[in-house]
Parts: sequence; structure tokens; C-alpha cells
Amino acid sequence: MDERRVVLQVQGVSKDFEIKSKEVFGKKQTLHALTDVNLHIYQGETLGIIGESGCGKSTLGRCMVRLHKPTRGRILCDGEDIFALKGEKQQKLCRDIQMIFQDPYSSLDPRRTAAYSVAEPLRVHGILKNQDAIDERVLELMQEVGLDLQHLSRYPHEFSGGQRQRINIARAIALNPKVIVCDEPVSALDVSIQAQVINLFRRMQREHGLTYVFISHDLGIIKYISDRIAIMYLGRVVELCSAEAIYRSPLHPYTKALLSAIPPESPFDKKERIILAGDIPSPIGEQIGCPLAGRCPSCMERCKKEAPGLKDYKKGHQVACFLYD
Amino acid sequence: MSEVLLKVENLKTYFYQASGVSKAVDGVSFSLNQGETMGIVGESGSGKSVTSSSIMRLLPAKTGRIVDGTILFGDTDIRSLSQREILSFRGNDFAMIFQNPMTSLDPVFKVGRQMTEMILAHRKISKREAWEIAVDALAQVGIPEPEKRMNSYPHELSGGMCQRVIIAMAVCSNPKLIIADEPTTALDVTVQAQVLELLRELQRKNGTSILLITHNLGVVWEMCDTVMVMYAGKTVEYATCKELYANPLHPYTWGLLDSMPKLSSDSKKELAAIPGVPPDLRLTGTCCNFYNRCPYCTDLCREAIPPLTELTPGHFVACHRQSETQTLERGGSLDG
Repeated sequence: MDERRVVLQVQGVSKDFEIKSKEVFGKKQTLHALTDVNLHIYQGETLGIIGESGCGKSTLGRCMVRLHKPTRGRILCDGEDIFALKGEKQQKLCRDIQMIFQDPYSSLDPRRTAAYSVAEPLRVHGILKNQDAIDERVLELMQEVGLDLQHLSRYPHEFSGGQRQRINIARAIALNPKVIVCDEPVSALDVSIQAQVINLFRRMQREHGLTYVFISHDLGIIKYISDRIAIMYLGRVVELCSAEAIYRSPLHPYTKALLSAIPPESPFDKKERIILAGDIPSPIGEQIGCPLAGRCPSCMERCKKEAPGLKDYKKGHQVACFLYD
Repeated sequence: MSEVLLKVENLKTYFYQASGVSKAVDGVSFSLNQGETMGIVGESGSGKSVTSSSIMRLLPAKTGRIVDGTILFGDTDIRSLSQREILSFRGNDFAMIFQNPMTSLDPVFKVGRQMTEMILAHRKISKREAWEIAVDALAQVGIPEPEKRMNSYPHELSGGMCQRVIIAMAVCSNPKLIIADEPTTALDVTVQAQVLELLRELQRKNGTSILLITHNLGVVWEMCDTVMVMYAGKTVEYATCKELYANPLHPYTWGLLDSMPKLSSDSKKELAAIPGVPPDLRLTGTCCNFYNRCPYCTDLCREAIPPLTELTPGHFVACHRQSETQTLERGGSLDG
């Protein structure tokens, strides 16, 4: 796998947010959204990122498209730091990395037609100047995502959720990006529509050679669409492996608990439950030890004092847990 | 078989709006036994939530109206009750758990006050007694330090904790029926597992019946004895869970089952999506609502409403193509 070209490289990225204290003149507190995340994203693959709410998966996605600047660490696209680029090169980078957001309703301007929304990136980046050429390209994009001429002049409220997400996809691929960061793109949709949109994502990838970073909390969907999966917990990547391995041989206690918490696939399934006690600890304040230490069934003394790093367990399967040291 | 607790027959709830009459629920029939759990599954807009608000008589007074059908709770006809009578039913005999735990609690009052208020509204007891009942209920749903939590505001609790408080409020009057409208949709999977386990445990202890509304089939497999599939306001299939999984009959149920990626299979085949979108509820009610998305559609489907028929004992389906005389083969995918 190593000979494949790395498109996006996340190097030791941490992101802290300063938040106000509860007291009026209290000291500011730090929320550790991401802690030392390292990832490689290869050309043409889909990297799934899964975790519960508040685990930092969306923050990571937003860092990749420069919506957040990491507190520490670098993100490299084709070997260049995406936060150091200026001018022309920065514009080019914006075209290379696009994002699709969770809520198809709020990510479209309600006062602009579908055609306008899809044409906007083309206009902003000055790719096509001639109005006729823009119209032609927009229609082509719309047809590619399964919409038609009649949809061009409609406004967002006239579309269903699935159709709106199709418009967002058309807009994201308008600039021929290399990487698309998809932040829970199907979780607002109904099951039958979800399947349609996922099929569309896979077709787009085949036809355009896209690389996806696919963020979701639904393990079934992540496993279906991804080549590799990163499992996040409290701002850290705790396990990184191929999509098949996560179901066959999960290593990290959190991954095991997550898998056992998923409702069964048939009424004949009886699952052994590993219930993690309590809630996810707060990411505010200083973080000592393994993030799972307080809830982990196999917690050791060492886990309370130091945090395990992501280490190779075997080829293509990394885990951050002292059990596998 | 145990006793039937809730029986709904041919329920029709319409919404009268400026733009027309929306047939949100248009023919729903099922029955729920004492101590059992029934699941209602369907997509958004299929009428799951309206069904439950019709049973609770919580429809918006100006626009929503139950136009036809019967709702029998034990021997009582819910539709014939006056406003005053229904008030004593709610909270005592049936309780409801809503989807969003954060918005079901009033953010400006402490948990304890909200719980005691609810108890005092239904029972003639002192405040102190109500307080004790509330603390007991919180302890029952597994909230650590219940006395302390009584003095917390909802924003101080996590989503899972809030949902536990709501469940505690629902169970503290020992209702016979709990209607849970997407109780875990807003929660993470690990928390969802905790909450479902809690509901099951309470059911075992108190013998409560649960009507569970969800769009997640996995939750249904885990929790329910019987399941009803709804589409565009109608019951399309109704059977026990195991029967529905092993032997689904309606083409919509097939589509629903096929369109979800399975965790245990490594197949990267195209997902079998159902083409098209659900119909406008103002225009339904003249034929089979699924005809425009169904690959097995015939002329009859475009002309007449399929009746809900019992094909095998306990297995109801509403489809023209599935009857005693003719059956359809589940043809794998539903590509259009």
C-alpha cells in the first residue's frame, strides 16, 4: 500500500479551542478537540472517519479544508503545507479540496437557484468566463448527479433532501477536485434515499478518480464505502485499519464496544454486549492518560498516567492501546 | 396469547391546510398486546409520529383531525373521551417519550421541579411524597446520585442523561403503555445501547407495553416482538419481527431491507436503492401509494387501493400482487 501516492498528509495535528470559564472573571479554559492526529490519505481511496459526537471528526474534516487552523502540526497536500500557501497557489488548493456538509438544507443559499449555486464556484475561480459555457457546464454537472434541465431554475426549498444533497455534490465536483471531505453527507436522509446518494458517491469516485474523506457515525455506511477506517475517540485516532478488518478483528477496546453497541442486523442475531459505563468524558481541561481509561474494561495502571500512541500492530493495522504493546 | 392492550383499526388522521388536505395517516391498523413491544418503521413523512399523536390525542387542534377509525385502549374508546378525561389517561395509563431529549425538558426549571410538577398534576399527594417518587424513578433509570440530579438544570446533563430523566418521568406513574417516538435517534450508538437496555429492563420489571417508533430497523430487531411498516400514511405490512425479516412480502419492505449496507458482508456491490421519492400526501388515497416506485406495478395498482389482508396467520400485507391466488418472488434488487 505504501507505494501508492499520498495526496493528503495530516502530521501531528492538534486543535485547541479557548472557551470562556463559567465564572464571570474566571480563567479561560481549553477544549482539546484534536490531539496529535496523524493520517495519510492515498490517491483514489476512501478514508472513513467514525466516532461519536464530540470526538473531533468534524473538526478534523474542517481542518483539512482550511476552515480551522490547527494549533499544532501541519496538513500537507501534495507535499505542501496548506496553511502556508499564498495567492495563486492557495486558489489552486481551494479547487483541489472540496467539502460536502451534513445538512443539505442549510448549505444552499435559499435565495439562489440551483443553477446559480452550482455555477458559483466556476465563476469565483474564473474557470469559465462565458455565460454560455457556464450554462453548458452546469447542465452537464446536474445531469451527472441525476438532475435535469427542469431542476436548473428551481430554488432549494423546491427540492427534497436527497436532491439537495445531489446539488451539493454537483457543486463540489464542479472544480474537478482531488479530494472531497464529506462530513456526514447522508445522515440527514431517509434510508431509501441514503442508498441512492451513496451509490452516486461511488459512481462519482469511479468516474473522476476522486479521493474521499468520509466522516460518519454510521458504521454500516462507513464500512460499505471506505477502503480504510479511522476510529476516533475524544480527539484521538485510536485505531486505523482496512474496512474488512474493523469487523473481523477489531483490536481497541473502544472499537469492540462500538461494534457491540450497534443494533443487530436481524431479529435472529443475539449479540454479546460490551457496555461502556458512563458518558464520554469532557474534552475541556488537561488530558492525562488514555482517553478511554475511565470507561475501559481492561484499564491498567499505566493507562491512567500516559496516553498510548498509534502503533503498528500488523501491516495496515494500527492501534493506540497498551494492550498491544 | 396475552391480552390486547391497544387496538387501532383503520385510523385516518388528516391535516386541513390552506394548500389542501394532507392525508398524513390514511388507514392504519394494528394491535398491541400487554407486555409486548411493537415497532413502527417508515421514512420521514410516512405518518409514524402522527399515528402516535393520534393515539395520545395530541394533534394540533386547528388543523389536525381524526376523521375515521377506532382506537381502543383496553375497553375505552380513546376517540370518544372528552378533553378532561383524556388528561387523566395521559401520564397515568400511557406516557410518551419524544425524540429530542434536550427540547423535551424545560431549560429554565430544575429537573426535580419538572418531575414533581408532572406527578402532582396526576396524583393527590404532598410535594414531599412526589419528590420521593421522583428520586426513586431517577434511581430506577440508573442515574447516579439521584438527589443531586434533582437540583440540576437540563443543560447540565448530557443527552443520554436527559433521555433517562424523560424515561424516569414516563415510568414514575407506572403506565400500561409507553409510546417512544424515536427515543434514541438523537443519541450516539453506545448511549443508544444503554437507553434501549434500560427500556427493556423496565419492561421486564413492570410489564409495560411499548410502542416504539423508529426508522432504524436494527433497533426494531433488537427491541420488538411485532413490527408495522408504514408508507405514505398507510400500513403496508404488519407481522412479527422474525416473520417480517425471514419472509417479507411487500415490495417496499424488500427495498427497505435491501437498501441498508450490511456490516457483516464485505460486498461492495451497488446498493439496491428504491428509485424515486415518496408521494405528496395531498394526492394519495386513490391507488396503491407505492405504484410509481414499485418495479412490479400493474394497471390494477394504479386504479385501486390494495386492502390490508392477512395472508398467513398474523402476517398482514397491503399489496395487489400478493394474495392467496398470486405471489411475487423477491427479485433481489429494485433497480429502476
